Amino acid sequence: MDDGIHIEGLSKRYGAGDTAVDALKDVNMRIAPGEVVGLVGPSGSGKTTLLKCLGAVIEPTRGRMTLGSEVIYDSEQGGWKTPDLRALRRDRIGFVFQAPYLIPFLDVTDNVALLPMLAGRTNSASRARALELLQALDVAHRAGAQPSELSGGEQQRVSIARALANQPPVILADEPTAPLDSERALAVVRILNQMASQYQTAIIVVTHDEKIIPTFKRIYHIRDGRTVEEAGEGREIS
Amino acid sequence: MISLAGRDILHSWGKFVLTGVGLGLLIGATLTMAGVYRGMVDDARVLLTNSGADIWVVQKDTQGPYAESSSIRDDVYRGLLGMPGVAQAANVTYLTMQVRHGARESRTMVVGFEQGQPGEPGYLVAGRRLLRGHFEAIADVKTGFKLGERIRIRRHDYEVVGLTRRMVSSGGDPMVFIPLKDAQEAQFLKDNDAIIADRARTEANPALNRPGVPGLLDAVTASQTINHSVNAVLVKVGAGDTAANVAQEIRRWKHVQAYTREQMEEILIEKLVATSAKQIGMFLAILTVVSAAIVAFIIYTMTLGKIREIAVLKLIGTRNRTIAGMILQQALGLGLIGFIVGKISATLWAPAFPKYVLLETADAMRALAIVMVVCALASTLAIRAALKVDPATAIGG
Ligand SMILES: Nc1ncnc2c1ncn2[C@@H]1O[C@H](COP(=O)(O)OP(=O)(O)OP(=O)(O)O)[C@@H](O)[C@H]1O
Ligand SMILES: [Mg+2]
Repeated sequence: MDDGIHIEGLSKRYGAGDTAVDALKDVNMRIAPGEVVGLVGPSGSGKTTLLKCLGAVIEPTRGRMTLGSEVIYDSEQGGWKTPDLRALRRDRIGFVFQAPYLIPFLDVTDNVALLPMLAGRTNSASRARALELLQALDVAHRAGAQPSELSGGEQQRVSIARALANQPPVILADEPTAPLDSERALAVVRILNQMASQYQTAIIVVTHDEKIIPTFKRIYHIRDGRTVEEAGEGREIS
Repeated sequence: MISLAGRDILHSWGKFVLTGVGLGLLIGATLTMAGVYRGMVDDARVLLTNSGADIWVVQKDTQGPYAESSSIRDDVYRGLLGMPGVAQAANVTYLTMQVRHGARESRTMVVGFEQGQPGEPGYLVAGRRLLRGHFEAIADVKTGFKLGERIRIRRHDYEVVGLTRRMVSSGGDPMVFIPLKDAQEAQFLKDNDAIIADRARTEANPALNRPGVPGLLDAVTASQTINHSVNAVLVKVGAGDTAANVAQEIRRWKHVQAYTREQMEEILIEKLVATSAKQIGMFLAILTVVSAAIVAFIIYTMTLGKIREIAVLKLIGTRNRTIAGMILQQALGLGLIGFIVGKISATLWAPAFPKYVLLETADAMRALAIVMVVCALASTLAIRAALKVDPATAIGG
């Protein structure tokens, strides 16, 4: 299998000397395209650190990461494969956060269309792509609205559309359901599952959320910087 | 690509416009300051042009009638007329005084001139030239007088028969023109008590009041009340002669000082207006610094308010160049709004100023360039803060 996400022997140490923190210790993970996995663990266990490494915003100390068919990081071979981490994030990684973090001065369509635009696509092609995603996420009727005029659930769907905009092989979601009630939280997970299979995206969902944990087919438990894989319940969302 | 700066401005246009208006009023004040200076220089030039002279002949060792008091005898002009190159020469007097108009008193410069000679106001906006030799006046419209009104100067009333415009002294006081003879009298006229006291003193002087010489006392008294001085002689140079040469000849042969137009301009602008220019220059510098501080502060706080969005923009792959460009464009946008508001307000309020305010397009263009440069510099603080934002903060903890 050479698609999806593949993490081998990933370690991250913050700081040095006496105050050094080993946030990740030899983490191994593999997520197939179209798969949604949960990443759970107690506070301080290293979940966010893992997402930051994978999201190319901090540099791991050791290990290897593969996105899609390409190695993006290998500590044995000089670290990052590309010097342009922004382009890497823009084109190959989608981010969904706990809060939607939409750009308040762009309307819904342009919040989504911004990514293809940043990647150099024309405004009209970018907006067409945005509308298509908004349709898929059932918020197309709010396409011309300002982010502040949307409900929390709508905002979160727009942020998922944004994460999908450049068709990245990977989406990293950090507590995407935290601010939502259980019905909306389940709806978001359902959408993530739909999008994963529709666009063949590998999705990692970091969560504490007891409501959604039973929906994952596969879960990685992380404790003290080490991961343990476990089969989830994979409960159907009605 | 869409303009992030433009969208942000549209999104929070209320804040932008309010700030822009505030900045604009400041820029308007700055433009007006520059206009005040330009107005002073222009007033000085107009004063020289309107006097119609090529050469100003004044008392030796003085800098002329506008800078210092100068007094020469009123027959000097005859000698000048005899010199080669001198086409016309005429006496003028200048007297700054408070003139009462209704309930209001204003500072004016009373000019005494000879009809048909240099020194006569060049063009009238209303009325006619002086026809009678006495007690008629031509007033600058800024004095507030209308045709037919009477101006009280010392002991006589003068009827306003003509109105002129942009005739002000180097101090910006509007002028009133009256016949030379009247002006000479007004200028050197003593009040009644002084005359009586003088007469008494003359009478008490045995050398002047000799019983054996009838008429001597009267002659002496008469000579004391007649004034034979003027402040300057205005000379027009004949065709084919240069003012510089003629002025040099006058200086050489007469015990007077003679200035050409260029020299008078230098005295007026470089000496008289110079202190004001420095004063205004200081103001301009301070206003520029204050505007820069305001723009820097506003753009900086606006940027700090967007730190989270900037982190998200960076996380999803926006380049530093794009983010810096966004902030720079906002600063320039603010500057542009400010400049437009400033230009409009300066244009609106300039006519209300008591002295002439000359808003030059070149100054406005210079101000626009300075505003843009200042805004660009002021935005660097905010740009630095934005570039320091770590995209990892968007992911959170
Ligand atoms: N920038 C940093 N410098 C030093 N130590 C850090 C830094 N970021 C995180 N850590 C440490 O690394 C460990 C893992 O942190 P991380 O943020 O990955 O935890 P987490 O699993 O996301 O916790 P939570 O569920 O509370 O968000 C913690 O002990 C934390 O204190
Ligand atoms: Mg965390």
